[in-house]
Amino acid sequence: MSAASIPGTIHTRRRRHTRSSMLVFVAEHSIAIALSVMFLAPVGFLLLTSLMTSDQTLTSQLWPRSWHPGNYADAFTRTPLPRYLLNTVLYATSATVFMLLASVPAAYALAKLRWRGNSITFVAIICVMMLPPQVVTVPLYLFWANSGLTGSLWPLILPMLTGDAFSIFLLRQFMVTIPDGYLDAARVEGCGEWRTLLHVVLPIARPGIAAAAMFQFFYAWNDYYGPLLYTSENERAWTLSLGLASFRSLHHVEWHLISAATLMTMAPVIVLFFMAQKAFVQGVTLTGVKG
Amino acid sequence: MSIVSRRGGAGRAAAGTIPTPRRISAGTGAGRYRVRHRRPVRRRLVFLSFMAPAYVGLGLFMVYPLVSAIYFSFTRFDLINPPEWVGLANWEFLLEDPNVRQAAGNTLWLVVVMVPARVMGALLTALLLNRVRQGRSVYRTLFYLPALVPPVAGTLTFAFLLKPGTGPVNSLLHAIGIEGPLWFNSPEWAKPSLVLLALWSVGDLMIIFVAALLYVPTEHYEAASLDGANSWQKFRFVTLPTISPVVLFAAVTGVIATLQYFTQAAVAANVASGTATTGGGISSTFGFPEGSTFTYPLWLYVTGFRFQALGYANVLAVVLFVVGITATAILLRRFRAYTGRA
Repeated sequence: MSAASIPGTIHTRRRRHTRSSMLVFVAEHSIAIALSVMFLAPVGFLLLTSLMTSDQTLTSQLWPRSWHPGNYADAFTRTPLPRYLLNTVLYATSATVFMLLASVPAAYALAKLRWRGNSITFVAIICVMMLPPQVVTVPLYLFWANSGLTGSLWPLILPMLTGDAFSIFLLRQFMVTIPDGYLDAARVEGCGEWRTLLHVVLPIARPGIAAAAMFQFFYAWNDYYGPLLYTSENERAWTLSLGLASFRSLHHVEWHLISAATLMTMAPVIVLFFMAQKAFVQGVTLTGVKG
Repeated sequence: MSIVSRRGGAGRAAAGTIPTPRRISAGTGAGRYRVRHRRPVRRRLVFLSFMAPAYVGLGLFMVYPLVSAIYFSFTRFDLINPPEWVGLANWEFLLEDPNVRQAAGNTLWLVVVMVPARVMGALLTALLLNRVRQGRSVYRTLFYLPALVPPVAGTLTFAFLLKPGTGPVNSLLHAIGIEGPLWFNSPEWAKPSLVLLALWSVGDLMIIFVAALLYVPTEHYEAASLDGANSWQKFRFVTLPTISPVVLFAAVTGVIATLQYFTQAAVAANVASGTATTGGGISSTFGFPEGSTFTYPLWLYVTGFRFQALGYANVLAVVLFVVGITATAILLRRFRAYTGRA
C-alpha cells in the first residue's frame, strides 16, 4: 500500500495527474498481463500438445489440427501411470500423517515449553533443515540396504515417524504466535501439557498444521531424488516423478502422451492449492518473513 | 501479555509454586512458562515425551550418518566388500579429480547466476504486485502457480518448450526471423535454460517478498514524498532498507538450495540427450551436453551409486557438509539479529 491509499492525498493527486496516472495504470497492467501470459504459456503449450495426434507433435505447429482428449485415457492405460499414481499417493499420504504425529508435539515443546536445551535443539533443527540431503545419502543408503528395505519407498516413509525438521520449524513458528494466555488458562484448569496441546493448541494451530501438511504432501509428491535413490531398481515402487522422468525412453511414447501425463501429475497439486490457498500462502510467508 | 501473564502467575502461586519475576520470563523468550516444580524429574519426562521422536530422528538420520560419512571418507569400499582404511587417499584424489572441478564449477555458476536472477525476478514481480491495486490477488495467483508445478513436470515442460527443432519457443522465434539456440542441447545454453526454468517458478520467493513489502510503514513513503523523492529514491532509501533482511534470507536459502540442485539438471540432461535410459540408468546421461549440467550433487550420486566408490563419495559429502554448514551459520547469525534470538 503506498501513500496514495490515504484518502486525502488520492483526490488531490487524481486531479493534478489524471492523464499520467492513467498512463501508469495502463503500463502497470500491461506488464502484469504480459507476465501472466509468460507464466502460463508453458503449461498452455503443453495442454495444446496433449490434445494433438502423435504425428502432429513432431511438427512445429502449435495448434491442434484435430482434438484428441482420448490421449489422457491412453496415457493412463498404455503406461504404468496408475501404479505410479498409487505409489505416490501412498507415499505422500503416509509421510504426511507420520510427520504430523511426531512434529506437532516437538514444535509445541520448542515453541511453548521452557526447558534446558530448547534453543540448542532449535538450532540443531534449523541445521538439519538446511543441510543438503546428499551429505548423509551414502550412510543412510547403507543403513536401509542392511535393513533390506531398499527397492521400496519405506526408507522415505519410516523416518517421518521421527518428524521432519522443516515441518517442526514451520509449526514452531506458527505456535509461537499463539498467546500464552490460552495455555495458562488451560493449565490453571489443571490440564497437563499433553492435554493443553490436544485441546487448546491444536484447534488454534489448525491453519499452521494445514500448511505444514500441505508442504509435506507436496514435498513427497514432487520428490525425485529419494525415489531415484531407493527404488530405481524396482519399477513396481516408482512414483510419478520417477516414472515421468523415464517415461519417454521407457515406453517409446510421444510428446502427446508425455504432455498428458505431465499435466496429470501437476493437477492434484494445483487443486489442493486452491482448496487451501490461504493456509498455504500463510505458511510460505511464515517461514520466509518471520525467519 | 501483561494481563494474561499476571493471571497465569496468580494461578501458579495459588497452585503452590513459586512464580518467577515476570521480567526474566518475558526476556528469555521461548515459552514464557517458567515454573519451579515440585517434581522436576517428572517435568523433564514430559518434555522428553514431546521431543523423543525428534531426538531419535536427529540421532539416527543425522548424527549417525554424518559421523559415519566422515569415517567412510578415509576408507575404500563398495556395496559388496567391507570398508578398508586408506588414510587420506580419497582426499588426495579430490585435488586431482577433473570431474569434481567441472561439477563444482557448474554448481558455482548456478550459485552466481541463478540465485541473483531468482532474487531479482521475485523482487521485481513483488514490487509490481505491490503497485497494482485492481486484480492484485488474481495476478499474484497466476505468478505463483508455476512454483507449485512438480520439478520433474516443470523440467519436462521446459524441455518440450525449448526443443531445438520444433519446440514452441524456437518456432515462435523463427516466425519473427530469429534462429533460436539449441537450449538444453547446447553446452553454452544448457545452464541458462535451467535459469529460465528457475525464473519461471520464482513464485514462492515472490510471495515472501510481497508479504515483506506489506511491513514497510506507509508513513515512511509519505515522508519521502514530502521530501520530493522519486520512485527510485523511495525504493532505494525506504523499501530496500526495510526488506533487506528478507532479501538476505532469500539469498542465503537460495544458495543452500542451489548446492543441492539435482532434479532439474538430471531430468533436463536425460530428455535432451535422447538416450534411452530408465531409473538408475538415468545417471549415464547426467551432465549432457558435454558435462555442462553436471552439478556437484550429480557427481556425488554418480561416484557413489554408479561407480560405487563409496569412500570417495563420502569425501564429496563431507565437503558439501562444510560448505552447507557455513552458509547455515551465516543464516543463523542474521536470523538471531533479525528476530532477537535463534
